[in-house]
Amino acid sequence: MEKANVKLLTEDGRRIDGRGLNELRKFRVEAGVLKNADGSAYIELGRNKIMVAVYGPKEVHPRHEALPDRMLLRCRYSMLPFSVADERKSPSPTRREVEISKVIREALEPAIFLEEYPRTSTDVFIEVIEADGSTRVASITAAAVALADAGIPMKDLVVGVSIGKIEGRLAIDLSGIEDQRGEGDMPIALMPRLNEITLLQADGSFSRDEIAQALQMVREAAIKLYEEQRRALKDRYSKLPVEVEIT
Amino acid sequence: MSEKVYTIIPAPRRETIRSMIKRGERVDGRGPDQYRELKVDTGIAGNADGSAKVSLGHTKVVAGVKVSLGQPYPDAPAAGVLIVHAELIPLASPIFEPGPPDENDVELARVIDRGLRSASAIKLEDMSVIPGKQVWRVFVDIYPIDHDGNFIDASGLAAMAALLNTRVPKLSVTPDGTVTRAEEKVPLPINDIPVFVTFAKIGDVLVVDPCYEEELVMDARVTFAITKSGNVCAIQKGGRGSFTPEEILKALDTAQRLAPELCAQLEAAAHRV
Repeated sequence: MEKANVKLLTEDGRRIDGRGLNELRKFRVEAGVLKNADGSAYIELGRNKIMVAVYGPKEVHPRHEALPDRMLLRCRYSMLPFSVADERKSPSPTRREVEISKVIREALEPAIFLEEYPRTSTDVFIEVIEADGSTRVASITAAAVALADAGIPMKDLVVGVSIGKIEGRLAIDLSGIEDQRGEGDMPIALMPRLNEITLLQADGSFSRDEIAQALQMVREAAIKLYEEQRRALKDRYSKLPVEVEIT
Repeated sequence: MSEKVYTIIPAPRRETIRSMIKRGERVDGRGPDQYRELKVDTGIAGNADGSAKVSLGHTKVVAGVKVSLGQPYPDAPAAGVLIVHAELIPLASPIFEPGPPDENDVELARVIDRGLRSASAIKLEDMSVIPGKQVWRVFVDIYPIDHDGNFIDASGLAAMAALLNTRVPKLSVTPDGTVTRAEEKVPLPINDIPVFVTFAKIGDVLVVDPCYEEELVMDARVTFAITKSGNVCAIQKGGRGSFTPEEILKALDTAQRLAPELCAQLEAAAHRV
């Protein structure tokens, strides 16, 4: 890999894949794509392909984990061994996956009326089939649709968008290579209607002004994904179900 | 000091704390932007290459550094290796159970790791001995020993204090690749001193450096790691609640205001040795 030779941004402000700085990759969301799950969704964001299944609300197993005052939400974010560009990923959960599962759960919880379903659990299973950067935020976008598809009452949908720094400029929706070689990555999830941030992480180096600008840029991009989420849910209940094509 | 440690907070106590916070009062008498007293002791474990104990009010964390020669990562053959590990041990609080690391241990270690790495706290590229073959591997192990809230900040401060305290043997390499260790020891190539500043959101009030009771009643938390130059090198939101963009920026302003003093205390502790 020749690292230094790859320019992430051309002089006229185009990225490796031809996008502008505030441009999302091509995306598509589908709701209700699995038969067995109570709710499900599929998202493509650039080359990312992610499947989400929701089971619940249901009885808690093991029982002692049940919460007396609210629903127990559990999340498992997992990458299939062949989903990564590098060598095969071991199928057992990595520390990265453990942390991401936690922050995804905490990104979804603010949107759910958990207290309406005490002593129950809902499981969210996220499987990354193909990964190309920003998988955790794309997972959140799909998981929110899957939860809605399961009929779980929510205050708002949750949309995830990543922003990062390449060649010193803020750029929306980092691809795998931009994440690896850029100067910083800031995954954000928000409830667009309520304008509340439910996930915020960062590494790299950002000034205060950059963070303020990033929050604004992410919000604008999130609105576009929000529309696609709603379209997917509307189509799901106005059309006959279709088999999702993983192409 | 031994008080009953709640694992679930009784509703009346919860309401008391939340209504106090609304009036601008905190259970321990602090103001919303007031950090607890920070105490840093270094060199607390003689067999470690560097170590520190940090007290933040009643919260106590020890961190130790062990360095050893080993192989570099294949994707960075000419750089040292930094590995951060944290374990929430049952000694520190009845809410921690023995067993394999759970998501809280993993999150804590990874947040500290990101802060140190993004800030280039140690110049890892200066820690290669024979590029591609032998490099220094720096292990930072973080153990909270008494829990009164805000383990992230205390752990970050302890880890950084331990790194500042670390001394490694001076090495010489002959042309045929034999490495010899000198008696003389040198500090790590420290490049920056990131500090962590955490806020709890309780109702619509943000309080810095939450104590344990505040953590029990908080809606969400957010942590900023701040470099010496005032830049943000890591952020982590946690908890079941959410933040408005304005709240995030307000917390960030406070974090940037508090960070230089924390950093100065770490430096002072390092020079006391």
